[in-house]
This record gives sequence, C-alpha cells and structure tokens, in this order.
Amino acid sequence: MQGIEVLFMGNNMLRLLDGLWVTLRLSLISIGLSLVIGIFVGAFMLVKNPVVKAICRVYIEIVRIMPQLVWLFIIFFGITKLTGINLNGETAAVIMLTIWGASEVGDLVRAAFSAIPKHQFESGLSLGLKKVQLYAYIIFPQAIRGLVPDIINLSTRMIKTTALVSLIGVTEVLKVGKQIIDANRFEYPNAALWVYAAIFMMYFLICFPLSLLSRKLTKKRGE
Amino acid sequence: MDWSFIQKFTPMYVEAAVLTVTIGVIGILLAIALGLLCALVKYYKIPVARQIVAVYIELSRNTPLIVQLFFLYFGLPKAGILLSSEACGVIGLAFLGGSYMAESFLSGLKSVGKIQLESAESLGLRRGQVMRYIVIPQAASVSVPALAANVIFLLKETSVFSAVSLADLMYVAKDLIGMYYNTGEALTMLVAAYLVIILPISIVFSLLERRMRRAGN
Repeated sequence: MQGIEVLFMGNNMLRLLDGLWVTLRLSLISIGLSLVIGIFVGAFMLVKNPVVKAICRVYIEIVRIMPQLVWLFIIFFGITKLTGINLNGETAAVIMLTIWGASEVGDLVRAAFSAIPKHQFESGLSLGLKKVQLYAYIIFPQAIRGLVPDIINLSTRMIKTTALVSLIGVTEVLKVGKQIIDANRFEYPNAALWVYAAIFMMYFLICFPLSLLSRKLTKKRGE
Repeated sequence: MDWSFIQKFTPMYVEAAVLTVTIGVIGILLAIALGLLCALVKYYKIPVARQIVAVYIELSRNTPLIVQLFFLYFGLPKAGILLSSEACGVIGLAFLGGSYMAESFLSGLKSVGKIQLESAESLGLRRGQVMRYIVIPQAASVSVPALAANVIFLLKETSVFSAVSLADLMYVAKDLIGMYYNTGEALTMLVAAYLVIILPISIVFSLLERRMRRAGN
C-alpha cells in the first residue's frame, strides 16, 4: 500500500498540475466558445420562424443522441480522413466540446427565456418602456438569474468530459499520470493507486465547489 | 463507402454492441438499486448512513467516469483488489449512476407534500401503506422522466469502457481504424450501432414522459 511518496517525488506533483492546467484550459476555452455560440443558438430557437427553430432542434437532438466520445472520434479521425486537414488532439477536443456545449447552452437559453411569464413583457410595454428598455431592465436580468446556475452546472459537465481527450492522445492530466506511473514502475510499483486517486481528487476539488455554487444559486432563484 | 468492408466487420460490431448493452444494462440496474437505497436513506434521514450517502453522491457526481474506471482498473489492483474489465465497467457505471438515480428518486419523494403524509397518517394508514398508496404514485410522475434521462445518459457513458480494454463499440472502431485505415466505414458503423441502441430507447422514453406528464396534471 505504500508509495504515496511518488506523488511528491521530484517534480511529479508539478507535472500533474501542469496536466490539470491543460485540461482546464481546454475546458475554459470550450466553455467560452460554447457560451458565445450557444446564445445565438438559443436566440434562433426563440425566433418565430418554424424552419429556423426546426434546424436548431435537429442540431441539438443530433448532438445529444451520440456519446461525446463518438463525436470526438468523428472529429479527430473522420475530419482528417474526409478533408485531409490534420487536426491535432487539442483542436479536435475544443471543436467537439464547443459543438456539444453550444447545443446545451442553446437549449438552456431557450428554456430560461421561455420560463419568463408573458405578463412580464406585457406589463413592461404597458408601462411605456421601449423594447430596448424592456429587455435591459426586465427580461435579461430575470433570464440571466435563471441561467447562471445551469451554466455553472454545464461547466462542471464539460470539465468532466474533457477527461475523454486523453483517449485521442492529448497530454492532459490522465496522460501525465500514466507517464509518471510508467516512469516509476520499478521503484514504486503501487504508483497507479496513488496517482489515479490524486487525479480523482483533483477533479473533485474543481467540480465540487462549482456544484455547490450552482446549487446555492438555484435555491436562491427558488425564493 | 466500401460495402464489403462493412459486411465483413458487421458481426464484430454486433458482438461489441451486445457486450456494451449487457454491461450497460447490468450497470444501470445496479445503479437504480443503489440510487433507490441512497434516496431512501436520505428520505428517512437515517443517521450516519445519511452522511455516508451524502459524501458518496458528491464524490460520484463531481468526477468523470473515465477517472473512476482508471482508479478501479489500474489503481485498485495495487491495493490487492483485482477486477476484470467487465467488472470495472459494471461497478464504475453503478458508482456513477447511483448518485444520479438517487437524486431523481429523492426529487420525486420530496415532491409529495407534507400535508399528504399527515392526511394519510390521520386516516390511519400504516407507514408501508402511505408509501404504497400515497407517495409512490405521486412521486413516480416526477421521478420517472428524470430516471429515464439518467438511463440514456448512462448508456452514452458506456462509450468510455474501451479505456479499460473492454472490447466495446469504441474499441472495435478504433481497432479497425488503426488496422485498415477504413476510417469512414468504421465510424459510420459506430454511429449506426449507437443509433440502433439509443434512438429507440430515447423515443420510447419521450413518449412515456409525455404520458406521465399528462397523468401528473
């Protein structure tokens, strides 16, 4: 059972944290892009035009029906084969996470705006507010308050999904962990236990506070 | 599209799909059992067990399945616990799914108002009867859609099993891509296989959800 020292030997811990930063960087870039694109997807879904609506619905459902890992394979192997463009693992990961994240954000945005009762719009207009004022002072503040906890929740899901990218050869925290285990195979045969336990805790320490925050905001929204 | 390639390797995909579904179903059933247990512990506020369940739920919900599987498959043998790939898949899925199922069960149980419980009790119903005639019928309309969503989520998560060398659909696809470079065909068959598994379930569940919602109102 011994071997926990392996985590603190040399610069092993630093290397793991470096790997974790790769994971987080990919997640953060993807979350940012998803938010920007997802807001447009959500806006398109609220448009009255049934064709635009249907296209968005189909996009969301197609993304949702497949496991994220399948999408990652399609993008990483498929696009290269189809177009000859050689994507590196990190780019493929960001593309996959963004396509998926944007569809989820879009659906959340749609839900947040649809949840605002019609009388809010009507009361605002009957008070003589202009369209811009109506949205700036009445609709957006309510929609955003509803949206933030769900977006935080989605972010934890995206961070967890980023763990998949080790399977297409991105050197993130899981891959670094494997390297450390392999490098210490003889001196510390039990390294795998501690390294994977450490990575488990790293993910937990990142996602748990976010989950708590999301839950707290959701409760606040309910009052 | 090379049809002879597709024909030749379809049996491999079928075999892998059967394995994916088998392990998925066993894992999901265990997850439902574990989830129900955890939900009841939380619902009846059983001391000590309640804290353990709370810690378990947070650990399970805030870590990715692939890390859980790596710990089970590569880590635990170092502590003397050797698990096969299949066992890891089932345990991992149950560990992950249990917490999601627990939350779905609990949200249903909690949706039944206190007034209902008190009324039932004052009518002279016993604890078991309250559960059976009052709580479960009402909780189901809240829980079932959430449970169904979890089932689909867990089925999709099974795609990670290849990482612990389980010969599932992803594993076969990656193998074929590596061996023959027939990327297009291998990926098309992969997508088709997952569609065959997930699409019917997803359609059935959305019909079920619609009916449940009508029953709930």
